[in-house]
Amino acid sequence: MSKFKKQKSGDLPAISTASLPDIVFMLLFFFMVATVMREDELKIENRLPNANQVEKLESKNKLVYIYIGKPSAQYQKTFGVTDVIQLGDKISSVEEVQTYVNTKRNDMPEDIQDEMMVSLKVDSGSKVGVLSDVKQELREAMALKINYTAKKGDPMRNLKK
Amino acid sequence: MAKRSAPEVNAGSMADIAFLLLIFFLVTTTIEVDSGIQSKLPPPVPDDVQPPKIKEKNIFQVLVNQDNRLLVENEDMAISELTEAAVKFLDNGGGEGPAACSYCQGEGDPESSDNPDKAVISLVNDRLATYSTYVTVYNELVRAYTILRNRESQKRFNESFEDMYLRYKEWPETEKETPEYEKLQEQVDLIRDLYPLKLSEAEPQQS
Repeated sequence: MSKFKKQKSGDLPAISTASLPDIVFMLLFFFMVATVMREDELKIENRLPNANQVEKLESKNKLVYIYIGKPSAQYQKTFGVTDVIQLGDKISSVEEVQTYVNTKRNDMPEDIQDEMMVSLKVDSGSKVGVLSDVKQELREAMALKINYTAKKGDPMRNLKK
Repeated sequence: MAKRSAPEVNAGSMADIAFLLLIFFLVTTTIEVDSGIQSKLPPPVPDDVQPPKIKEKNIFQVLVNQDNRLLVENEDMAISELTEAAVKFLDNGGGEGPAACSYCQGEGDPESSDNPDKAVISLVNDRLATYSTYVTVYNELVRAYTILRNRESQKRFNESFEDMYLRYKEWPETEKETPEYEKLQEQVDLIRDLYPLKLSEAEPQQS
């Protein structure tokens, strides 16, 4: 009797997991291709708004990023809760924008320096005040090509909280 | 003994390895936004230069206050109506003589803009307005220009401006010497000249 039972359970074929790696690899490749490593570590909140009049940005080597937003939770003790500017990896003041942009421009190969574009990544909840200070500085630095980085989407969704 | 085939390699752990990699990529990467609204800042103005005089009727004033409310031409307006109002203003074509606009389809109201070349949209923000409102307003104003450019491009070249511009932008780098490209460039420039984007941003008001 016991022999009979054993045989029956032994006949159940195991589910083949041979294709599991293939599936996972497929996912892996998708993520590897679809994602880009972040340039800078964000120390501020940065939820970008939606817009439908967007154009694709220039290639990465022509871009300079400026982030604006509230400091994220762990930095609020040091930098307060009002909107701040992040240049590269650190939170900076408005006065440093010119120097930063000029340094970045000088680091670029000479033939594309004129095509430099500033990508303004501004949190949708922040106030326009800081942004306009930055824009004034950019004008002074002659960095006139700018881009309000935004996701492609319905702009009316920005207005709903 | 020699006849026994080589033992199969156990591939069971392959999945684990792949999962590990997958999770690593999932955690470390974020999909970067690589699109945005293009804009150009005006170059710094020397102090002694007088700003050019623009007739009152050629200015379309948009004010955004600290409560994110809109004041367009001294009237309260919802953002959803902004594009339509801007199109109406730009396409008015109320000019006479040399300032007349032959391709405009607006009402020709003498109290509104002369032609799209003279028409200026002025956007003034309060410093306390939120960025999301600002981008939305800016987007709607740019959309007004896109609508008009699309219409004109459709009429002249039977292709919307957006498609044409995309084709222009994505032209292969090696084939830019061809006459097709030059023709396309001419068309894009023509449409742009017909409805030039004149969006002035004054410095925001302190409140």
